[in-house]
Amino acid sequence: MADIIHFHRVSHRYEGSGDVLSDVTFTLAKGEMAFLTGTSGAGKSTLLKLVALLERPTRGQVMVNGQNISSVKSRQIPAFRQQIGVVFQNFNLLYDRPVFDNVALPLVIRSIGHDDIGRRVRAALDAVGLLGKEKVMPMTLSGGEQQRVGIARAIVAKPQLLLADEPTGNLDPVMALEVMELFRRFNEVGVSVLVATHAVGLIKKLPYRVIHLDKGQLSTRQSPEMMEKTVDFG
Amino acid sequence: MTSASAKSGAKQGAELRPNFLARFAQGHAREMAFTLGRFYRNLSGALLTCFVIGITLALPASLHTMVQNINAVSYSWESTLQASLFLKDSTTPEQAQAVIAKLKTRPGVAEAIYITRDQSLQEFKALSGFGAALDLLETNPLPAVITITPVKGVQRATIDALVVELGALPEVEVAKLDRQWLDRLYAVLALIQRLVLLIAGVLSLAVIVIVGNTIRLDIEAKRAEIVVMKLIGATNGFIRRPFLYTGLWYGLVGGAIAWGLVFAAVFALSQPARELAGLYGSDYQLQGLPLDATLAMFALGIALGWIGAWWTVSRHLREIEPQ
Repeated sequence: MADIIHFHRVSHRYEGSGDVLSDVTFTLAKGEMAFLTGTSGAGKSTLLKLVALLERPTRGQVMVNGQNISSVKSRQIPAFRQQIGVVFQNFNLLYDRPVFDNVALPLVIRSIGHDDIGRRVRAALDAVGLLGKEKVMPMTLSGGEQQRVGIARAIVAKPQLLLADEPTGNLDPVMALEVMELFRRFNEVGVSVLVATHAVGLIKKLPYRVIHLDKGQLSTRQSPEMMEKTVDFG
Repeated sequence: MTSASAKSGAKQGAELRPNFLARFAQGHAREMAFTLGRFYRNLSGALLTCFVIGITLALPASLHTMVQNINAVSYSWESTLQASLFLKDSTTPEQAQAVIAKLKTRPGVAEAIYITRDQSLQEFKALSGFGAALDLLETNPLPAVITITPVKGVQRATIDALVVELGALPEVEVAKLDRQWLDRLYAVLALIQRLVLLIAGVLSLAVIVIVGNTIRLDIEAKRAEIVVMKLIGATNGFIRRPFLYTGLWYGLVGGAIAWGLVFAAVFALSQPARELAGLYGSDYQLQGLPLDATLAMFALGIALGWIGAWWTVSRHLREIEPQ
């Protein structure tokens, strides 16, 4: 089956720095869930930025859902990003409006009809266990709840790919586990998930592939359950 | 995404979306309500901006109102126009009466009155205040005059032709239409009217800058929000829309304030103006801003608010990118 993410010999450097990513090649299959690990500065965030077209690769080829991102003109970036749900470490909620409006935002920018918005926002909030908090302002929620609002916003438009950049970085272990559990449930219904994290303790019990970055270079480790599906990254 | 899958993806989305018109209406109605709500929550600050716009628009609008009023007054003076035939001193009263008789048969002439040299002198003495000085003169320096009142509503060209023709009569020294001052007034008014347009043009730029600057602060305050919007795939058009509506509200309310200011000024001046008109035996009443100018002013306010917002947002939106 086709890949949702395909990196081929990708390198990236910011202006005035060395390579942050160098010669990275990997794929994430459609419907697969994987963790992206590595110390701070290993290039995890940069890799996610390349997928979400926040940056363009200096060298190499990035394909997302079959589309070569170098062919996406800046005018087309909004439509491109609408295919992807993104979850952030600092939640990135809009604190001047209630939970409902935050979650509805991806639907509003797609000009979805009123009734559909209400139905789908409630479904998304239900999925993250926040049904009944629609009218609450995000500031009054705990960190874990805010992150769940962020996740509800990321999945409300039913993206095929969910990216998460240190989603548990600001959460305590119990909340972090809940969040990971949510990602697992979305993956079970077919969403491809790529989670960048340095919470190695948290993920080592989970049966998902780990893509490990070390100083911008790839080294793969996999949990035993996944061994039979080993892919050669040559 | 291949082009085929892109198409199917788009189709999937389209099924959930209402038709274009409904989407457009829903989106814009929502932005209107949303920005109006924000306007209301920041009422004092927003009104301050609107007030500046209002004063800026009120200046050319009130000048225009003034010109319109003077125009109306001077038009009513058109009917009091007279042509004067200054007769040669050699003309006898009988010859003058013959001219009058001829004049009265002409179309366009309502009245022709003969004023003898003595009558001219008496009138001049009475009105000029130089009576004593004139007594020193041995002879009467003033000519006899025939004043002609044209029929109301006669074409300007007809009167001009009449004046030229009468000037050629052997008994007549000079024929003059008594409207030079009115022509000059019209010329001055036309000049002022043009000036009003110029002022309006310059002040329009000022309004664009005022709105632009206010919106710029607004954009700065919403930088984080814009970044989030871009991250989740909002188009520039979508991000721009609330700012454009905010600019529209500024312009609309600014226009309303300008209208109020002009209305208040006309109201405050109407009583003294009535008294002044009364002194000239007129019952003229001060007119407010004409309807077409009022509509134009509101339209201008809205357009300038929109343009100011567009100009600023276009400049700043590009700079704000997610990092």
